[in-house]
Amino acid sequence: MSENKPRVDPVQDQRVTWEGCSVLLDINDGDRLVFARLNQGSTLKIGNKTYSLKPLVGCPFGSLFQVDNGPKGSVLWRVTLPSQEGNHVQGKGSSESQESRDNRALVDNNQAQTLTGDDIEALRKEGATGEEIIEALIANSSTFEKKTTFSQEKYRIKKQKKYAPRVLVRKPVTRTICEAYFKKYPNRTGCLRVDALSLLLSMGNVAAHSDILVVDMVGGLLTGAVAERLGGSGYVCNTQIGAKPYSMDIVRMFNFNDDICTRIVRSSLNDFYSVEKNMPEESNNGSNVCNADTQHCQSEEIPHEDSISENADVKIPPSEIEMVDATCEIRSSPVLKTCKSAKAGEKASEEMIRTWRENGFSSLIVAAPELDICKVVKDLVPLLAYSAPFAIYHQYLQPLATCMHYLQIEKMAIGLQISEPWLREYQVLPSRTHPFMQMSAFGGYILSGTRICNPLTSPQEKQ
Amino acid sequence: MELSQNSPQMLFSDSLKKLSFIRSIKCGDLVIIYERHDVMKAIKVNEGSIFQNRFGVFKHSDWIGKPFGSKVYSNKGGFVYILAPTPELWTLVLSHRTQILYIADISFVIMYLEVVPGCLVLESGTGSGSLTTSLARAVAPHGHIYTFDFHEHRAASAREDFEKTGVNNLVTVGVRDIQGEGFPEEFGRRADSVFLDLPQPWLAIPSAAKMLKFDGTLCSFSPCIEQVERSCEALQANFTDVRTFEILLRTYEVREVTVESCQEHDNGSLMGPPKKRKHTNEQNKDEKLMGQAVMARPSAEARGHTGYLTFARLKCV
Repeated sequence: MSENKPRVDPVQDQRVTWEGCSVLLDINDGDRLVFARLNQGSTLKIGNKTYSLKPLVGCPFGSLFQVDNGPKGSVLWRVTLPSQEGNHVQGKGSSESQESRDNRALVDNNQAQTLTGDDIEALRKEGATGEEIIEALIANSSTFEKKTTFSQEKYRIKKQKKYAPRVLVRKPVTRTICEAYFKKYPNRTGCLRVDALSLLLSMGNVAAHSDILVVDMVGGLLTGAVAERLGGSGYVCNTQIGAKPYSMDIVRMFNFNDDICTRIVRSSLNDFYSVEKNMPEESNNGSNVCNADTQHCQSEEIPHEDSISENADVKIPPSEIEMVDATCEIRSSPVLKTCKSAKAGEKASEEMIRTWRENGFSSLIVAAPELDICKVVKDLVPLLAYSAPFAIYHQYLQPLATCMHYLQIEKMAIGLQISEPWLREYQVLPSRTHPFMQMSAFGGYILSGTRICNPLTSPQEKQ
Repeated sequence: MELSQNSPQMLFSDSLKKLSFIRSIKCGDLVIIYERHDVMKAIKVNEGSIFQNRFGVFKHSDWIGKPFGSKVYSNKGGFVYILAPTPELWTLVLSHRTQILYIADISFVIMYLEVVPGCLVLESGTGSGSLTTSLARAVAPHGHIYTFDFHEHRAASAREDFEKTGVNNLVTVGVRDIQGEGFPEEFGRRADSVFLDLPQPWLAIPSAAKMLKFDGTLCSFSPCIEQVERSCEALQANFTDVRTFEILLRTYEVREVTVESCQEHDNGSLMGPPKKRKHTNEQNKDEKLMGQAVMARPSAEARGHTGYLTFARLKCV
């Protein structure tokens, strides 16, 4: 087996947090999700207390922290979960009385708990830990003993979330970022669900050394996902239709290294269809926004725009806030020197554009909820190399049907298919296995196909 | 006529080999013959060979020099398309030695396991190599897949397939009973991800826990819910974030119909038959706009179940 020693890329081994990195904080098992940057002075507010994020620096992704309101103040302590913890208790316990318990005598009249809010505050002031408060609540509940084991566990977990909240440090990768947005602010990412995004990447044959043409109106999530799977080779060309470039803020959450960042470029549809004359690079709307987007060295935690907690109701579009902060920080931040500047989203050079016009792209992926899909397809499929696959995500069926029909009539593509992914999650627990009560009913539609060489059109599409 | 060497057919080993307008079909290339969306075949192009189907006889030599994606004709005037292979197309044409995974499960697994270029992935069983081929694409160019199957013949067939599709430098097939023996110790704390498609995955889970890096990802695919329950139980000791899913694809059919927008109709129906309607004198007065409408509806048949996908992360210590 040892003959084929893998040359696993060491750069990929970013399994430990570092100062300035981007993290996804999962508070209380998904109840609240916050994107943060571990800079000097970064903090997190839970309840009415503020906690420094400094203890999180230098820990492996996947580390769990618990809140401690002891005499030293409010801090986050790293904890290790013992095995067998949580909801996974065996219903059939050793004592027979457990099986015979049910809720026929339990009346929900809010009288079961004898400790008052003031009592709990007093305990806290005395320096009781979260765990101690939870034990006190259990001891003072008149109905606790009468509950089934499952019910007791549920009670304990509920109290633990309130009095001893936990913070899990997740690595921001396509999966976690997509899920977080889909759960809390789906409209910002066009309701793109994880399975739909995963299909786009497969159907779009995203692989090393490929040149992928992308229309991303989902905040940069698609661009980031493609770049992650390219891994530093090939290119992902984020193309804007029309004058206004699309936001790519989400790309900054991925912790991409320089190799990957340089592979993310922007272009405009006009670049591919303009007559070949030496036009100076359009510095109007494009470059200013691009450059600002690429500065991600901030000395403070990214405020609300990246926090997608249930309580946040900030409606300011993220891109605008980031730009303002960035320009300020450049002048004042001393941290800037040690930060690498991400070069994601640079404008594609004329040479690149020319190469792509001559060779064609390896594939096309579109996630543009607000565009006229038919027009996008008419304009972009000709830019694909022959036999290149494409995948188009849309939330409405009819435009995709029209598009598919058009491609069939014009003989531009084969293997055309409209798919709708269906995803269902299960709760798997002893004696309590069933699908979750809540379910996502809709993950969008995807039109996929392969471009063919139509003998009626000329082999090379020179515009 | 140069033979393309044992270089990757499906995955571009460097930018020179990638799909482009310029690249053309060469002798030795693996191609996908597309007759219909549900009738396809993988063929190795050979100067002197022919391909025969119900449309006639096709000479390979006619294909050489043409771009991928071309329409090619038989001696009888019938035609097929020649496509470049991708893992998706390969899944649809490969020979089934076992039940395979399809695109919906494959895509989700790769995303949820967080497989990216450079990763080291352990897999068992190899089966027909459907998922393995997509995994190879995901870890290329510097990662690796170590896949194990306890069936010697199937392992050999898989090895042949990986050579055919040109992913053999990314995949190593071993013959081993993972349920009985676990993964080889040499992989301890080196795997980014582990994928299990076994009849009794709970027997392999303790070994997987030793192979994975901390916070590494695991996925177990099982058709039966009882297997899922036992696997989840086994995962409690060393894993966290245990989640179980089902994923299916619903497909749609698209049709163009001719629609009249007038209100009156002899039989009260709004829709005409797919062909153009004949105009009669009585209807002329009422017919206003004759239009073509493209309509979509779900396909009547669908795959109802493949298996449950259980994911987990190795707990950090």
